[in-house]
Amino acid sequence: MGKNWFATRWGIIGVGAFIGIIAALLQKFGNPGNMGICVACFERDIAGAVGLHRAAVVQYMRPEIIGFVLGSLGAAYLFKEFRPRVGSAPIVRFILGVFAMIGALVFLGCPWRAMLRLAGGDGNAILGLAGLAFGVFLGTLFLKNGYNLGRAKATYPSAGWLLPLTMLGFLVLMLIYPQVSGEAKSGVLFYSQKGPGAMHAPLVLSLVVGLGIGFLAQRSRFCTMGALRDLILFKQTHLFGGFVALVVFAFATNLLVGQFHPGFAGQPVAHTQHVWNFAGMMLAGLAFALAGGCPGRQLFLSGEGDGDAAVFVLGMIVGAGFSHNFGLASSPNGLGPHGMAAVVLGMAVCLFIGFTMRKTTKSA
Amino acid sequence: MAATVDARGLSCPQPVLMTLDEIRTGSDSEIAVLVDTDTSKENVSRAAQSQGCDVKDVQPHGEGYRIFIARK
Repeated sequence: MGKNWFATRWGIIGVGAFIGIIAALLQKFGNPGNMGICVACFERDIAGAVGLHRAAVVQYMRPEIIGFVLGSLGAAYLFKEFRPRVGSAPIVRFILGVFAMIGALVFLGCPWRAMLRLAGGDGNAILGLAGLAFGVFLGTLFLKNGYNLGRAKATYPSAGWLLPLTMLGFLVLMLIYPQVSGEAKSGVLFYSQKGPGAMHAPLVLSLVVGLGIGFLAQRSRFCTMGALRDLILFKQTHLFGGFVALVVFAFATNLLVGQFHPGFAGQPVAHTQHVWNFAGMMLAGLAFALAGGCPGRQLFLSGEGDGDAAVFVLGMIVGAGFSHNFGLASSPNGLGPHGMAAVVLGMAVCLFIGFTMRKTTKSA
Repeated sequence: MAATVDARGLSCPQPVLMTLDEIRTGSDSEIAVLVDTDTSKENVSRAAQSQGCDVKDVQPHGEGYRIFIARK
């Protein structure tokens, strides 16, 4: 146990603090407000970059996401933890990924961004985090009652490489077709000219930060959903230490660089419909809990060879396409035209999965 | 006698849930838990210690580990 310092209490707190500081600084270097890192938003931007949706303001091939997967892959190989595995209900994980994204985009952020929004003074994040915690709590009820997606099996190393290779392919596309000032398209890739998708730190900086966080998060097992789940299910505070550290250090960094602006109205890429901020993240939290990890953790697991986590990631990217094509995603003006219906449908689907996928054998 | 909990192939938190279930309901003085990822190894060990159990040994086992837990 002593070998992996990052998996100790101080290790996870250190990684949470690092992510908090770096995320706040990425905003200084060009990323959108209270969105230094947002796994859901950035995967949504990637969906836009490849044209899965055509919302012009959220299209950019975010190098942070690419870095998360490849950094985790590097750490997994370096420490002999690369374990290619597949086969634990992939279709269920895909659907959970789709609705996790839909819920997150009703709130406008993944758990990481919910924390960064709080650390930047956005009061609406309180509703989102409360919803997230409630969704995870619902998930723990299913876990206590035997919910289980079954076993994964070891597979070919090359199968574990597929999502990292996809990310590498995205990076290559970005290098072949770099952003051209004033152009909405470069080769096959779409680039936002205004809006959050047009706001980004320099490519190399984003990629290096992504690689670094991917590496550290793989070592530490950093997971925001796991933090809440373990606290609720086992009264364990290990992962929660990282969660708190992220908020505290992002808050301190925001104070130092003048990015702390408390209030509810007029917050960057946020709306003030409290009920739906709560409900969107409730849906996302339940989907994360049923899938066994927050969006960031699913990327890190994908990097260490978990093909089922990779399917969840692909579900989230496809979910972003549905979100924007169907008018489910919110905007600073409020909910999308069909956001409410999507949250209700998503909850019904997650409850269906939770109630029907239970092992009656000894494990409850 | 050692009870065996086979948590191979299961993702978190299943290995921890199964281990805690055995600690709380089983009667054997020792429990061997089979896992196949380092994350599960760490989580199961941490959970066992939080229940006041000793993690006596962790051995490589196939692609993963066999964790020996002694009930208090």
